[in-house]
Amino acid sequence: MTSMRKLNRKFPVHILVFLFPAVLIYTVFMIYPMIDSLRLSLFSSDAKNVVHWVGLENYRELLTDPTLSNRLWGALKNNLIFFVIHMCVQNPVGLLLAYLLSLKIRGSVVYRTLIFTPTVLSVVIVGFAWKLILSPLWGISSHIPLLNLMNLGVENSALITLSLISVWQYVGIPMMLFLASIIRIPEEFLEAARVDGANAWTIFWKIQFPLLLPTAGIVGVLTFVGNFNAFDLVYSAQGALAGPSFSTDLLGTFFYRTFFGFQLQGGNPYLGSAVAGIMLLIILVGVLIYLFGFQRRIENVEL
Amino acid sequence: MNPKTKTFFSHAGVHTVLLIYTFIALFPTLLIVMNSLKARLSIFGAPLEPPLPSTFDLVGYQTVFSSAHFEQYFLNSLIVTIISLVLILGFGAMASFALAEYDFQTNPLLGIYLAIGIMVPIRLGTVSLLKMMVALGINNTLFALILVYVASGIPLAVFVLTAFFKTIPKELKDAGRIDGASEYRVFWLVLPLVRPALGTVAIFNMIPVWNDLWFPLILAPLESTKTVILGAEVFLGQFISDWNAVLAALTLAVLPILVLYIIFSRQLIRGLTQGAVK
Repeated sequence: MTSMRKLNRKFPVHILVFLFPAVLIYTVFMIYPMIDSLRLSLFSSDAKNVVHWVGLENYRELLTDPTLSNRLWGALKNNLIFFVIHMCVQNPVGLLLAYLLSLKIRGSVVYRTLIFTPTVLSVVIVGFAWKLILSPLWGISSHIPLLNLMNLGVENSALITLSLISVWQYVGIPMMLFLASIIRIPEEFLEAARVDGANAWTIFWKIQFPLLLPTAGIVGVLTFVGNFNAFDLVYSAQGALAGPSFSTDLLGTFFYRTFFGFQLQGGNPYLGSAVAGIMLLIILVGVLIYLFGFQRRIENVEL
Repeated sequence: MNPKTKTFFSHAGVHTVLLIYTFIALFPTLLIVMNSLKARLSIFGAPLEPPLPSTFDLVGYQTVFSSAHFEQYFLNSLIVTIISLVLILGFGAMASFALAEYDFQTNPLLGIYLAIGIMVPIRLGTVSLLKMMVALGINNTLFALILVYVASGIPLAVFVLTAFFKTIPKELKDAGRIDGASEYRVFWLVLPLVRPALGTVAIFNMIPVWNDLWFPLILAPLESTKTVILGAEVFLGQFISDWNAVLAALTLAVLPILVLYIIFSRQLIRGLTQGAVK
């Protein structure tokens, strides 16, 4: 009330002072670059370095130039596989671990702290460490079953291997988010089901799982945004060329090469902006599907 | 555990699964740290063995410190991370206080505007950011990195802190106002009350800022401005065949964040499990 009265009395300078630094830095260094990148994607420079408007020409080039479109579709396909593996392995394993931790067994705090450790490590370090571990030179993988199936140097297993490394690193995030919402489910719900004679299996699928759907949605959208923005892991384990023969190329590495160049190939900021524009579109579509499709439909089961 | 709970796993089964997974989670890091302390011969001869007095060797660390400026990289990472965190928390808290406290016309819209950055990754604006930093003459400075991290950290900070400021009882603030405190003074008085949330936001931002490769690589790749992660990345590429040096560099890059994690793990996990995201 006091603040309201103050508002009517004089111009609220203090509100501006409070908001100004955050809004300024955020607008200048986050929102503006995003919009400006989209603008730049509509320009191009010629041999004499004169910049001129080309409309959607960069996008057309990306989609129709034989080499570029090949790389773009390849990166998109790899990125989709990368995402599907996260959804099918990382999130179910995260849910299983969360469920086991929610049973309040002795030492569960220690377990969850240790299992979360890889998530805080740098992706660069994780990528390189795994590269060494899987290297035939070191020969560790030959001692351990299953590990010998993972090979970063072979075209048809490199992408799956990289995806599993990423799953290994980030499984802690869905685990924590699922754990938080399992804990929040009121005990009476479960008690009531137990009185009715339901076993743990039925209780999980009939009561706990439906109540976890909102969290599953958040986990899904976070996975999507993270995956379609991934770069560091591929760059550190496989290099900017995302080898062998582009089999681990993701949109992030494709963006980097297009914009920054690699080896003898020069970079092209305008074409690079267009790649960023496509990535932005993909991420926005994912977020909107979540906001309007998923979140709205599950509102009625939320607590 | 509730004795009446019948699970589809026995107690021993639960422990077995969690123990196996804990091992999987820790094994790679342990392997790297362990072998970084060993002589070359036993790195290859007995990779799964811990360093013994007979195989102990620090030659990798000597190579790292004599051929790369890791002290400099540490200092750079520290400067960037600490200044970014202070600014994110300071500016974030001020904006959140305003959004939570005052009922001005554009308030809801401004909240949505600031929330966009939670979902949209700042990397997609890189082309323009690099152009801008070059135009301002601050590319290849730590300052450029700090500006980017502050801009990208503010959305989540505002989101989390606004929710927290809203839970502070009105009486507390009004008591201050009746005593004649200015709005700035009121903000300063309630700031300590959101300390748990500030801690959560600090840790959430610390990890990605410390670990980032993309922006150091593009905005500040000079030897004098390299962060630990970029420095390690470049070093690893150059010394790829010197396994002692590579393992030592990996260990050096992992250690600071591991130590911080051990210190702050309680707070981080509390932040995650108490719905800082929702």
